[in-house]
Amino acid sequence: MASETIALNLVDRGTRPIGDRLHDWVVTVDHKKLGILYILYALLFLVIGGIEATIIRIQLVVPHNHFVSPQVFNRMFTMHGTTMIFFVFMPMLFGFGTYLIPLMIGARDMAFPRLNAFSFWMTAFGGLLLYFSFIGGNGLYGAGNAPDVGWFAYAPLTSRAFSPGHSTDFWTLGLLVSGFGSIGTAVNFIATILCMRCPGMTLGKMPLLAWLNLVMAGMVILAVSPLTAAQIMLSIDRYLGAHFFDSQAGGSAVLWMHFFWIFGHPEVYILVIPAFAFVSEIIPVFSRKPIFGYPVMVAATVCIGFVSFSVWAHHMFTVGMTSYANSFFTITTMVVGVPTGIKIFNWIGTMWGGKIQFRAPMLFCVGFLFQFLTAGLTGIMLSASPFNWQLSNSYFVVAHFHYVLVGAILFTIFGAFYYWFPKMTGRMYNETFAKWHFWLFLIGFHLTFDFMHIPGMLGMPRRIYTYEPGRGWEIWNLIVTIGVIFQIAGVLVFVFNLLRSLVKGETAGSDPWDAWTLEWSTSSPPPEYNFAKIPVVKSRRPLWDIKHPEDPDWKYE
Amino acid sequence: MSSGAIARPLIKPEWALPSRGRVGMFTLIAAEAAIFTIFVVAYIFYIDKSLSGPMPKDVLELPIFNTVCLLSSSVTIHLAVRALRNAKVGAFGLWWFVTIALGAIFLVGTAREWQRLIFEKGLTISTNLFGTTYYSLVGLHAFHVTAGLIFLAIGMIFTFLGKVKPEHSERAEIFSLYWHFVDAVWVIVFTVVYVVGR
Repeated sequence: MASETIALNLVDRGTRPIGDRLHDWVVTVDHKKLGILYILYALLFLVIGGIEATIIRIQLVVPHNHFVSPQVFNRMFTMHGTTMIFFVFMPMLFGFGTYLIPLMIGARDMAFPRLNAFSFWMTAFGGLLLYFSFIGGNGLYGAGNAPDVGWFAYAPLTSRAFSPGHSTDFWTLGLLVSGFGSIGTAVNFIATILCMRCPGMTLGKMPLLAWLNLVMAGMVILAVSPLTAAQIMLSIDRYLGAHFFDSQAGGSAVLWMHFFWIFGHPEVYILVIPAFAFVSEIIPVFSRKPIFGYPVMVAATVCIGFVSFSVWAHHMFTVGMTSYANSFFTITTMVVGVPTGIKIFNWIGTMWGGKIQFRAPMLFCVGFLFQFLTAGLTGIMLSASPFNWQLSNSYFVVAHFHYVLVGAILFTIFGAFYYWFPKMTGRMYNETFAKWHFWLFLIGFHLTFDFMHIPGMLGMPRRIYTYEPGRGWEIWNLIVTIGVIFQIAGVLVFVFNLLRSLVKGETAGSDPWDAWTLEWSTSSPPPEYNFAKIPVVKSRRPLWDIKHPEDPDWKYE
Repeated sequence: MSSGAIARPLIKPEWALPSRGRVGMFTLIAAEAAIFTIFVVAYIFYIDKSLSGPMPKDVLELPIFNTVCLLSSSVTIHLAVRALRNAKVGAFGLWWFVTIALGAIFLVGTAREWQRLIFEKGLTISTNLFGTTYYSLVGLHAFHVTAGLIFLAIGMIFTFLGKVKPEHSERAEIFSLYWHFVDAVWVIVFTVVYVVGR
């Protein structure tokens, strides 16, 4: 790690044959390359999952539609859900974390670079396994057969009797394998953040992105492992004839629900906490103010992490639990709203009185604030068990969680793309296209997911492949599907903007946003060793201290 | 990471962070503990829920000798690590070998127990819920012992090749954390399966 040996790496880059350069990407252990691999992989699956969603929406646009068969429809919603959670959001957020954490804490790589590569390839192979089911789901004969048991795969649907062939096994193995990748990444995040910080960066001086990813990684450790265990049990059931979830032999289908949601609910926070992390980095920079209430933000995140492990059974109110259990999970679910609300106030407090610049990353974050608040409010509605009995498994629930996943998490991911694109590529994106992307996607999002609440309240259940006319659902389903067109247009503009800017974008320079965290102190894109000299920090905004030696932050912190 | 870059006066001269190996191993242990927790919960949930025999009280015998072997291997691996820290590579190799032997005896004991249950008592993983949960939980633990033995064996090979030096004592110690964890899990498995569940 001695700094004088490093400059030698610069020779010969870009002049080598393309095969060698691709080979570099396959064997790399560099956190920046792996981060970009994660992100590209997630983008690919975002397109695939988006196509599946589009198929679902085309099927539902009018009553009695015959665009796809009921069997294909079941596969589409199963693959859409599984893909988006496990092979879009998880790798996307891991990718940004892998890329950014070492840069932001002033380290030259992750704590375990080879584990980092291992984790990425496990995730990648998990996705391939899942999609191989289209070819291999029925065994060696006949057409393919993707999993069709829904993304939470309730027993006894997953038993041999109801899921013949191998489709469910591909689902199980894909998630198991990518789960090992997730656990590896989480181990790496925790070790990196705790053990690799540059001198002076105490825990209280870490960028919030590092803090929030630390909490997220801790949650991955404790939440993904139960899923791994449950998948092992399901495999034992299917391959060895065991009876964990086999009610014929005294096994319990409800036990699977508990095991799945012990993973499944913290998973939502695993996804949203890195989204919070992006917002906590982007809003201060474009408000030209330091984050408001840093310690409270950290405390609220840790609090969310704890409470989120005691809310899982709010997915199971309609299963028929005792009134004590219903009350407990209603209250804990409402309690999560408190630290989350604190965070929203802190972000607004950061913007308050700031010189706000509405660049693309900031626009997406402002969209996030509004949409995440709405998603939280419908979440509070659904947490009340009597209300939940009425609306569980309706399109109201689908609208609610898409408000979180798309309206909050995907919006911040887009914001993060624009914010860190100059750092990752060295080039500036096109602001006009970015704004087109934002407005198209915003309109599409609200057309789709605002109006999706209404058929839910009118009684439309999720996962039905078609419906009768005359129930008052037609117009809402039509509007919902029209929104998809705007979303697709927005994503096309986004992809076009990325590709175009990669080739023709202006040179960004190392610090295009006049930002304050360490990743902006090195060149864009950063050299393999990140920092020629390991930085030393004295405050939460080390670059502010350098730019304003007359009024540094460390005097006040 | 403590390169010569520390120049500014206000920073303490020593910037000490926890060892990444230890932190990584503790995190991995936390993940493993969560996996075992789910299996233990399933075991406890299904106690006395089997619809048909054989039942635990009819077929299970306390594996006292096995337990003593596995738990003493925690002591021997500790002695091995301490020996290496004190630069006694020979003593390290001896204690490391004893650890492997004790772990292997445990595995053989489990295998014999399973053979008795399967061929004499007719209990397999698909017989009833007891079989399902018993073989899964004990099997998951035995799998971890096997993984540990493989790593121990690799360490043994390096010792024979003369590659193990006192500066590797931290690595040995970090591995020993895993081994202690596997032993601790056995205490829980033993309690749940052979005491509470019987």
